[in-house]
Amino acid sequence: MNNSFALRRRNDLIMAAVLTAAAACMPFLVKDVYVQNIMVLTLMYAALSQSWNILSGYCGQISLGHALYFGLGAYTTALLFTKFGVVPWVGMIAGGLISAMIALALGYPTFRLGGHYFVIATIVIAEIGLLLFHNWDWAGAALGIDIPVRGDSWLKFQFTRSKLPYFYFALAFCVVAWLITWWLEDSKWGYWWRAVKDNPEAAQSLGVVVFNSKMGAAAVSAFLTAIGGAFYAMFVSYIDPDSVMSFQFSLLMALPAVLGGIGTLWGPVLGAAILIPLTEVTRSFIGGSGRGVDLILYGALIVAISLARPEGLVGLFSRRKKETAR
Amino acid sequence: MSVPLLETRGVWQRFGGLIANSDISMSVVPGEIVGLIGPNGAGKSTLFNLIAGVLPPTQGTIWFNGEDVTRMPAAERCQRGIARTFQVVKSFETMTVIDNVIVGALIRTTVMREARRKAHEVLDFCGIAHRADKLARDLIPSEKRRLEVARALATEPKLLLLDECLTGLTPIEAQTGVELVRKVRATGVTVLMVEHVMEIVMPLVDRAIVLDLGKVLVEGKPTDIVRDPRVIKAYLGDRHAVG
Repeated sequence: MNNSFALRRRNDLIMAAVLTAAAACMPFLVKDVYVQNIMVLTLMYAALSQSWNILSGYCGQISLGHALYFGLGAYTTALLFTKFGVVPWVGMIAGGLISAMIALALGYPTFRLGGHYFVIATIVIAEIGLLLFHNWDWAGAALGIDIPVRGDSWLKFQFTRSKLPYFYFALAFCVVAWLITWWLEDSKWGYWWRAVKDNPEAAQSLGVVVFNSKMGAAAVSAFLTAIGGAFYAMFVSYIDPDSVMSFQFSLLMALPAVLGGIGTLWGPVLGAAILIPLTEVTRSFIGGSGRGVDLILYGALIVAISLARPEGLVGLFSRRKKETAR
Repeated sequence: MSVPLLETRGVWQRFGGLIANSDISMSVVPGEIVGLIGPNGAGKSTLFNLIAGVLPPTQGTIWFNGEDVTRMPAAERCQRGIARTFQVVKSFETMTVIDNVIVGALIRTTVMREARRKAHEVLDFCGIAHRADKLARDLIPSEKRRLEVARALATEPKLLLLDECLTGLTPIEAQTGVELVRKVRATGVTVLMVEHVMEIVMPLVDRAIVLDLGKVLVEGKPTDIVRDPRVIKAYLGDRHAVG
């Protein structure tokens, strides 16, 4: 039995290696810049959703305010770069640390809230963040920050001629987020988080410090989300509050995991691979005014998933699927 | 009598106007199986929860292994060596049986391989090793009870608190449960069990503490307890006390 478990873990790694290799070859087959753009976004959302999944999927603390951490990562990087000339790599880590600290500060009061109240708190806090950035003049207020192009370089993480460097960074980000999840899944934290999610009282009786577990999950999740925000800022080279901190980002981080399978290793990847291309394509078909329509699409997808396969699409591949479906 | 492993000193618990426990002083010595019994509403579960650390008592102190644990949170008590089961089973439903037990084992080791080995060992001890890879929610009720015990044992407790873990089982299941409790004691773990049904516990326990109306009514050997008129009265009412 020990062996079957180790075997499954190893198979996951092999699968990840194969998929990574396949993804790395994609740009050689697809030269179309529009499609490459979708690929970058898909990888980015896969990684973001993987990060969201740590707090909300494994630890069960559903957050619909992760746009806050995404925005903080983007703003920290953009501000440090434009105002102080700090390279984005440093900004990225700084953004991650700031986000993690803010997540801990917010977790302190909010983790005492149960269920729906916690979700509402996350939404409200992210909206407050959005309003603050809307009115913060030094940070560009509602106009945002235009990141000046200083020539193609890895150091400055700016590439004007090709999307490939962004693609490979997004791929690396996605792989790292997956590996971290893979590692955490079979660690003390992973077990504690799932125990906290399933039954906090029982977890406590077994020596799990519930509050600390949630705080740990929040910090890791926020840190990784901010890395994604930092990447996004450099990728689009212009940010304003609505384009990095609006509620839509919170949804877009949660949805792939929900669609693919919440609290599973492969759920966010699978969900992002389906959802992101779908929304990008519908958006371009419907045109600029279609922003509301993709929200309708998300809503419809969630309803469909929760009715047909509440454990997510990964359930289709799982051996246990039939008996576990509710 | 040796030094008690667990001791409550003058413990009170009030819920508003309701006094659930009044001035309860009792102790458990290492190696014992002690039964905490009493009719419905006697305050057994409240006392049990106070010992497990679900809530602190209104008044009085609780001592474990020579240390005042009155205000210590449940998780820390578990670290000290108090483990419990729940009357209404609280399995981690979406996790496999083995993973449920690993959660318990992780309090003593952070090496996953070691925790997993330990968990398998405990499952084997509790007789549900063959269900290791099933999801907890797919177990039948008696297996879930065993899982509760297994999970608690994985934390390597000095004191195991069992909350009505034999109630509601078929006679055969209850009998295997009794054997499991004996086996647990044989490994050196002290057991304090709350039970409602006297017939099951009496042959099992070394000593019984009878609660009634929030107070300790009597305590002593089970053979004496079942004949004690006060106990019969508490359970069956005045009319039966004479015979």
